[in-house]
Amino acid sequence: MKIVINNATVVTSSGVFRKNILIKDCVISKISDSPISERGASFVINDKDLLVFPGFLDMHTHLREPGFEYKEDIETGLRSAHYGGFIGVAVMANTNPVNDCSTVTHFMICRAKETGIPVDLYPIGAITKGLNGETLVEMGELRSAGVVAFSDDGKSVTNSEILRRAFEYAETFNMPVICHSEESYLSKDGQINEGEISLLLGLKGIPREAEILGIYRDLTIAKLTGGAIHIAHVSTKEGVELIRKFKKEGLSVTCETCPQYFTLTEKEVLGYNTFAKINPPLRTEEDRLAVIEGLRDGTIDVIASDHAPHHLDEKNCEFQNASFGMIGLETMVPLCLELVRMGILDFKDLAEKLSRRPHRILNLNSPKIKEGEPANLTIIDPHFEWEVNEKTIHSKSINTPFLNKKLQGKAKYVIKGGEAFELF
Amino acid sequence: MQKDNFKWNRKDLLGTYDLSKEEIIFLLDTAKSMEEVLNRDVKKVPTLRGKSCVTLFYEPSTRTRTSFELAGKTRSADTINISVSASSAVKGETILDSVKNIEAMSVDCVIIRHNNSGVPHFIARNTKLAVINAGDGSHEHPSQALLDLLTIRDYKGTIEGLNIAIVGDILHSRVARSNIFALKKLNNNVNLVGPKTFVPKDFEKFGANVFHNLEEGLSGVDVVMVLRLQKERMGKCFYPTEREYAKFFSVNRQSIKYAKEDAIIMHPGPVNRGLEISSDVLDGEKSVVLAQVTRGVAVRMAVLYTLLSGGRFEDSN
Repeated sequence: MKIVINNATVVTSSGVFRKNILIKDCVISKISDSPISERGASFVINDKDLLVFPGFLDMHTHLREPGFEYKEDIETGLRSAHYGGFIGVAVMANTNPVNDCSTVTHFMICRAKETGIPVDLYPIGAITKGLNGETLVEMGELRSAGVVAFSDDGKSVTNSEILRRAFEYAETFNMPVICHSEESYLSKDGQINEGEISLLLGLKGIPREAEILGIYRDLTIAKLTGGAIHIAHVSTKEGVELIRKFKKEGLSVTCETCPQYFTLTEKEVLGYNTFAKINPPLRTEEDRLAVIEGLRDGTIDVIASDHAPHHLDEKNCEFQNASFGMIGLETMVPLCLELVRMGILDFKDLAEKLSRRPHRILNLNSPKIKEGEPANLTIIDPHFEWEVNEKTIHSKSINTPFLNKKLQGKAKYVIKGGEAFELF
Repeated sequence: MQKDNFKWNRKDLLGTYDLSKEEIIFLLDTAKSMEEVLNRDVKKVPTLRGKSCVTLFYEPSTRTRTSFELAGKTRSADTINISVSASSAVKGETILDSVKNIEAMSVDCVIIRHNNSGVPHFIARNTKLAVINAGDGSHEHPSQALLDLLTIRDYKGTIEGLNIAIVGDILHSRVARSNIFALKKLNNNVNLVGPKTFVPKDFEKFGANVFHNLEEGLSGVDVVMVLRLQKERMGKCFYPTEREYAKFFSVNRQSIKYAKEDAIIMHPGPVNRGLEISSDVLDGEKSVVLAQVTRGVAVRMAVLYTLLSGGRFEDSN
């Protein structure tokens, strides 16, 4: 199988170049300055407006299977990831049953393979059994089964002693721990960010301090143990500042944010918009700008989706009873491109935050656009305008505040396993 | 009166936050013109004959529900009461399905009280029915604020440029929010008084002043609005004991001296006597608590009439 990409803008970690790429038998066999003969090619891409990236990995996804297949299942979730331009997703453990034993891990990996969708599924194991915050899972066995990291995402491990032992024990197997950092007494029963808008709407607030304290505690314990930690979905200014400070001190910490935190603010919930009810909640404009600065100066390593599908019935209801979360796999590319259009990041940064860094954090080989490397590519049309709606989204759910909004940019092709896939 | 050239064009009454000054004055004036019927021997006029209203209450209520029901009946509307324990909610039906079913029975208006903020707004977006918010969680209770404003106007001769203190659990109070929004639109000075757990500083962003002691908060005010301590809406850590709360924040003979000599005392009810307000003040000559209740019926007649007559104001007598 021969695939030719001519006249493309190729984004690598060393820069952005106009190149021509020949892919043969799953491998990048030639990268040249002059166009490659298209004769005999089974697939040809020749469009100077397209951007060729190393394949994207979303390291924070909820695919809901097993247990909540009415929201999303592995097949629809992977399809959503595929059409979002991803070649891999790391999926959180808060399924039912929880991914806290190798049986569940095996099931997820097998289901993903059965679907035949060209997206690799990397399970994230729970830190504690049943996410109970008390008993550590069998981390060694889970790693053998294919788990790439541990996280009780959705909840914080409240007991600091247990979190400390989790860091230490995971380090034994060279496995990262992903922290959902939240001081849960402060955030209990909260619905949206605490402040003027929570007062206006008469909803219980989640103070920003719940995240700030959570991040501070988790970083402090990681410093004690020396383990590798990754902070999920950073949403506050002080959260970013704390991570910056600990990084400067040499702590092995990485972190992610999500497009919603650099795109939207708490104002989105006005009118009791349940699609904007997420955890951590959308914050203030000051926080949004601090998250952007964190992305710009490299404090924030990764952009992840926190794709959290929910059935419409769980959103089309009273705000108090609505579920937390929004989908994000298919809106990732256009929202990240917005950062480039605003001049905050360049394409090289996007390759870092959507491909190289998440692969590295999860100890996976990151795709490189280099002769002799496997061809795992995400190819983007940065100008394509499209509307987010039931027809354009492939997830089983449509819970996103971007519903019915127009976005610019979309993944047009994915190349994986020696095959090229046209996405629109 | 502005009603000659005023056109009401809202389907619902969800809160005072969205209302303009003109709309508030219009509703107060309409209520005033309808009040007279309550003094007649035969308290009934046919202006809403053939219209039907359902009260859908997911929280207990005496005053508000009775008041809406009486208001509807006085205007000859048919009113039906559904309370949560008697309805399908106990069988697991969603509130939206309940309302859709009510809508399917050709009802004109649904009056909703719910313990969760934003429920009437959610319902209003999803039904053609006129929706009246009779109290949603800690959010709004617009008809209560309107009757409070009408009472103040009757006793003070104006509803603009006054000094008004609201005392108590502002954080959890829908009555407080609806009053703050409405009173600020009419250029009143609003003092919020209570312990810091009940009165976060962010309330200043709505134009109110925040005080944490009665002496400062009540100083020179024309109106003292006392709120009920809503034990059902808070956790355990908002105040240590009722005894301590009463000691520092009870409106009593002593503390009302800080207010103006001719100040009036209001309370939306139900009252915890001896806790947020002492019995002698509640039953005393400055109290207008029962006058509020009377105006509640007039205000609710005005609200029902305004929403159900499509905004046309005809001579209702």
